[in-house]
Amino acid sequence: MSTPRKPPLPAILLANHLLDGDVVFFTSKSWSPDPRRAQVAHDEASALVLEREGGAAFARQEVVDACLVDVTIAPDGMPVPNHFRERFKIKGPSHRPDLGKQADFGVR
Amino acid sequence: MYRYDEFDEAFVRDRVAAFRAQVERRLSGSLTEDEFKPLRLKNGVYLQLHAYMLRIAVPYGTLASRQLRQLALIGERYDRGYGHFTTRQNLQFNWPKLRDIPDILELLADVEMHCIQTSGNCIRNVTADPFAGVAADEIEDPRPVAELIRQWSSAHPEFDYLPRKFKIAVTGANHDRAAIAAHDIGLQIVRNDIGAVGYRLLVGGGLGRTPMIGRELRAFLPKNALLTYLTALMRVYNLEGRRDNKYKARVKILVHEIGIAEFRDRVEAEFAGLDRAAHDADPAELARIAAYFAPPAYEKLPATSPAFESAQRANPIFAAWVEANVFAHRQPGYAAVTISLKGIGDAPGDATSAQMRAVADLADAHSFGEIRVTHAQNLVLPNVKQADLFALWRKLGEAGLAEGNVGLITDIICCPGLDYCSLATARSIPIAQSIARRFAAPERQREIGPVSIKISGCINACGHHHVGHIGILGLEKRGEESYQITLGGDASKNAAIGEIIGPGIPADAVPDAVERLVAVYLAERQAGEDFIAAVRRLGLAPFRAAFAQEARHAAP
Amino acid sequence: MPLRNISGEAIDPYQRVAGGDIAGRSHVLVPLAELDAVRAVGGNRLIGIEVANTTKPGTVLPVPDHVALIAIVFPSFSDGRGFSLAKCLRNAGFTGILRAVGPLIADQFGYALACGFDEVDIPAELAARQPVEIWLAAAQAYRLTYQASHQTGAPGILDRRRMARAGACL
Repeated sequence: MSTPRKPPLPAILLANHLLDGDVVFFTSKSWSPDPRRAQVAHDEASALVLEREGGAAFARQEVVDACLVDVTIAPDGMPVPNHFRERFKIKGPSHRPDLGKQADFGVR
Repeated sequence: MYRYDEFDEAFVRDRVAAFRAQVERRLSGSLTEDEFKPLRLKNGVYLQLHAYMLRIAVPYGTLASRQLRQLALIGERYDRGYGHFTTRQNLQFNWPKLRDIPDILELLADVEMHCIQTSGNCIRNVTADPFAGVAADEIEDPRPVAELIRQWSSAHPEFDYLPRKFKIAVTGANHDRAAIAAHDIGLQIVRNDIGAVGYRLLVGGGLGRTPMIGRELRAFLPKNALLTYLTALMRVYNLEGRRDNKYKARVKILVHEIGIAEFRDRVEAEFAGLDRAAHDADPAELARIAAYFAPPAYEKLPATSPAFESAQRANPIFAAWVEANVFAHRQPGYAAVTISLKGIGDAPGDATSAQMRAVADLADAHSFGEIRVTHAQNLVLPNVKQADLFALWRKLGEAGLAEGNVGLITDIICCPGLDYCSLATARSIPIAQSIARRFAAPERQREIGPVSIKISGCINACGHHHVGHIGILGLEKRGEESYQITLGGDASKNAAIGEIIGPGIPADAVPDAVERLVAVYLAERQAGEDFIAAVRRLGLAPFRAAFAQEARHAAP
Repeated sequence: MPLRNISGEAIDPYQRVAGGDIAGRSHVLVPLAELDAVRAVGGNRLIGIEVANTTKPGTVLPVPDHVALIAIVFPSFSDGRGFSLAKCLRNAGFTGILRAVGPLIADQFGYALACGFDEVDIPAELAARQPVEIWLAAAQAYRLTYQASHQTGAPGILDRRRMARAGACL
């Protein structure tokens, strides 16, 4: 058995809601569409807790494609994904500021 | 256009019910995600970056006005009020919820539409020339045979779990407006030397990671033999296509690996062993379908319309729109009008529900209620009286749909890219917008003339960048979006794959790079020579040199 | 492992054996490579052969008369080669039992029957998640399909239209 890949830290857990398709974030208690409420894991142990929740939520048919995304915490506390792909995922289409979480939650 | 009989109607209704049950079984855990995924894909349901995406089939790109109105309604009720027309003549909605999709499918079935096999490892939407039935150079309308293949391939029990997707395109003319050489199977309607109509069949075309031009499999296949021949071909592919590697699983790879001669031998051997009576289509069935595509009740008109001619003389902007957007019609006094969905600064191929309704109304008023979708992501009103063109243009202007740029440099083909698509490596839409804004001036566009820019946000090439005169591929370099430019691609009968002309550049350097390429063309072109002809004549060297200069300016 | 056919669930009379361990068994299912050895033993047993879905039709054809059943292994439900192999065997005139073996899902049951399979042998875990009622319902999902079904003998939509035209011409 190979050594499990260490998740990059700090990290948040995001997924797509199975029935709705919306991008959702684990908040430590539940799944929320608001990225500002995402639980941030700063160490391996808490990252592992997040990963387990991703598996559990998948198993109870709540979400799909749960994954840890490494972030940088902005001055306002907002977790900003390090890779541009995930930044688009939590903001919305870049040419339509009226659509996506950038509109719903003011994510910038 | 085709109208469902009771069998077609029952089929789509049963399909909706089956998918509704599949969603329930996914929720209950009876189906795993791995099992559910191909089932939802075969009903057009993708999971994208922000939401699910629903891809609705527009068979051979033909829509009735009532269907377009239903799409507008679905967009408003279940989505964000707009849709996206694709390079395979389909429509995509970007924000549906899975819980609503069975209801959406029911609304589609109400107007004889569906999402069947618009994704998945199966036979996809059969595309055709958007000017089918109205082009003067057509031997035969390709849509009846496209409809026949659509029915034959729907939920085909043997061919629904193929190694990979399978795309078929049909052209009815020698001038290929359906890009058949870029498809797994390309069908060209031809006449043999005794004047019988049949099919020239190409196999193994396709873009993506390993772009290839289709090879001729059969110079002439008698019409009646088509379904038997397709059965043989699909069986060879199903049995022998690679399944070990997703990126090597298209039929083009099989043809490349065993050679076209060997592939032909295997198909012909299978074909020879098949019972023709059991597999051929009944010629009466093709005739039954073809009857739906009979020409509409055209008025008997003179070849030219004085009102139309004088309107062009009086209004140069109208005349410019005519030159770019109006296509000569086989019926005297008529024209086919392309409605550009490439407004300067708009997302290419997008249309709001309001715009869809406007087009539907215009189709009813001016085009016998019919609309076409082109694989350049524009719409067509195929049967407009020349005498009505000026009034139509005015109404299009009121709806914000009168951009006169069809075939010009701002008529950009562009996939959704990383703004929507979970497969993408980079954004594509903002690149298209920035190029369009740079070249917006109408006189400049006319000066440059016909040139096709095609943009893909990843190597899967849904924007068909390989066959763009100028192709742009969005990749990632050192954590940033990076754009690789190709030149010399061609989707027409002179099919060609573009070649890379330099290293990837950042997004803000792209408009300048395109300017440099265009400048070389304008400086070197001969009288009457369009962009792609000049590229073929000059070769890539002068363009590479101009691009390299550009890259030096852009480098930090 | 549960056997499903058009009537529902059935007990499998065939016992999968290898290495010639066929004594006392009335129905044996052996790898294709062992067919000749089993036949040489003689006796009245019913013989089935199990083949990979990558088997070339020519390797199995012509099917010897003493082969009562051919089982085609599906390594995964997304690998559709077995459907074509089944069609090839039926087109060549095989009239014995055709069995699909593997993790097929209920939604493929109609396809399997249409291509000429009589029965499907699925893993127990899958059978638990997808009870036989779901399988039978899935096989009935379409009142009519465009392609005819080998198993049910039902004509497809294209056939029905042809028949209607023929009827209309009388």
